[in-house]
Amino acid sequence: MRWFAVLALSLLSLHAASTNAEERYVEVVVADPFIELHTGPGRGYPVFHVADRGASIEILKRRTDWFKVRTEDRREGWVHRSQMVRTLQPTGEQTEFDDGSREAFTEHRWEAGVLAGDFGGASVISLYGAYSFNPSLSVEMGASHVLGEFSNSYLATAGVTHVFVPEWRASPFFTLGTGVIHTDPKATLGEAEDRTDQVGYVGGGVRVYITRRFMFRAEYRSYVLFTSRNENEEIDEWKGGFAFFF
Amino acid sequence: MERRVRVLLLVFALLAGCASRGPEDISIPQSEQEAAQIIEPEVQRREVKPPKIDKENWEIGGYAGIMSIEDFGTNPVYGLRAAYHIAEDLFVEAAVGRTEAGLSSIEELANVRVTQNRDLTYYNISFGYNFLPGEIFLGKNYALNSQLYVIGGVGATRFAEEDNFTVNFGAGVRVLATDSIAVHFDVRDHIFATDLLADNQATNNLEAHLGFTFFF
Repeated sequence: MRWFAVLALSLLSLHAASTNAEERYVEVVVADPFIELHTGPGRGYPVFHVADRGASIEILKRRTDWFKVRTEDRREGWVHRSQMVRTLQPTGEQTEFDDGSREAFTEHRWEAGVLAGDFGGASVISLYGAYSFNPSLSVEMGASHVLGEFSNSYLATAGVTHVFVPEWRASPFFTLGTGVIHTDPKATLGEAEDRTDQVGYVGGGVRVYITRRFMFRAEYRSYVLFTSRNENEEIDEWKGGFAFFF
Repeated sequence: MERRVRVLLLVFALLAGCASRGPEDISIPQSEQEAAQIIEPEVQRREVKPPKIDKENWEIGGYAGIMSIEDFGTNPVYGLRAAYHIAEDLFVEAAVGRTEAGLSSIEELANVRVTQNRDLTYYNISFGYNFLPGEIFLGKNYALNSQLYVIGGVGATRFAEEDNFTVNFGAGVRVLATDSIAVHFDVRDHIFATDLLADNQATNNLEAHLGFTFFF
């Protein structure tokens, strides 16, 4: 009996939570003569319904530039962003969506991306993340997988980056840092052992704002490997890829 | 003389008048009033924030299928994938997968093993482009949204205890069972060079798989 009561109570609370969740949807008012509801989140899906000016619609979810909405007569369909930005919030303000912009690109705090390229004749795949203290100065951490014909390496780096003119759409930057490289010669060669060396690097590149929260990034780095042998090794790296900021 | 005194008195009176009025009488009370009027509405003004909307741009899931390793036969493959949809047409996908190598004909004929570790694992990061979006009709009442996509990218394949830089490309179809659940059928070619049977030989490794993903 007690079990039943607990079950009933938890079911009730679940139900309450779900009805609460249902009430949480954002509502906007159509300000254009009408907005079009598509059957799917894509430009090709047919329009099957329209909501007239003054109608209130609930925003259920969003996928890329398409918003799934529910009209007052409980019809659900997908509306494009270009029509959603011309609706009004209940306060009468124009609806705005936080999708990133050139200004946000200049001012952003966090950034992460994927790059690929050439590391002294080998292929390299890199992931990186950065935190900006101000529009010009940021700290970066990166991890790379270097895939060569004779050996493979893992490279972990940390450094600082200075962006010269952060407000430009294509802004050059300077970078400096250090890290560790672990090299694993290929077994088919059957000679050298694994080795781990410290590295230092200096480089430069350019980042270009594309749209929304995305940017293109290309960079060159000159690495010095502080080996235990007599001579330090120098390696040039060229890579490019995409990053997003938030 | 009398005139001079009068003028002087007048000047003094004027100066005194100006001095006594000037700042206290006119400007300060007015500026206080103005300040009160300016500040009052600012207190009541609300910050308008962009509405919080549930974004479903991430897609994660798993897949299973078959993969042919060049010279090493065809075996089951399974993996995990995560994709981020940048725009209606464009997405980025990261995947990891695993399969096992069979015996190559040389190994079978000569009864040798080129490697003891028969596992093949790969990871890749790819760009996908959705094209030919459409609907699949199930009878009269149901329509499922679908998209074809082409995809390609770079990654690494670990085979015979060696990592090899790998380029992959292929095509697939995504059918949305509901708004948040999708079924994928995907065909992919993984190209990498290996020294296993011949010097720096480029190999094509074809994969076909069926997967489920969830949007969130």
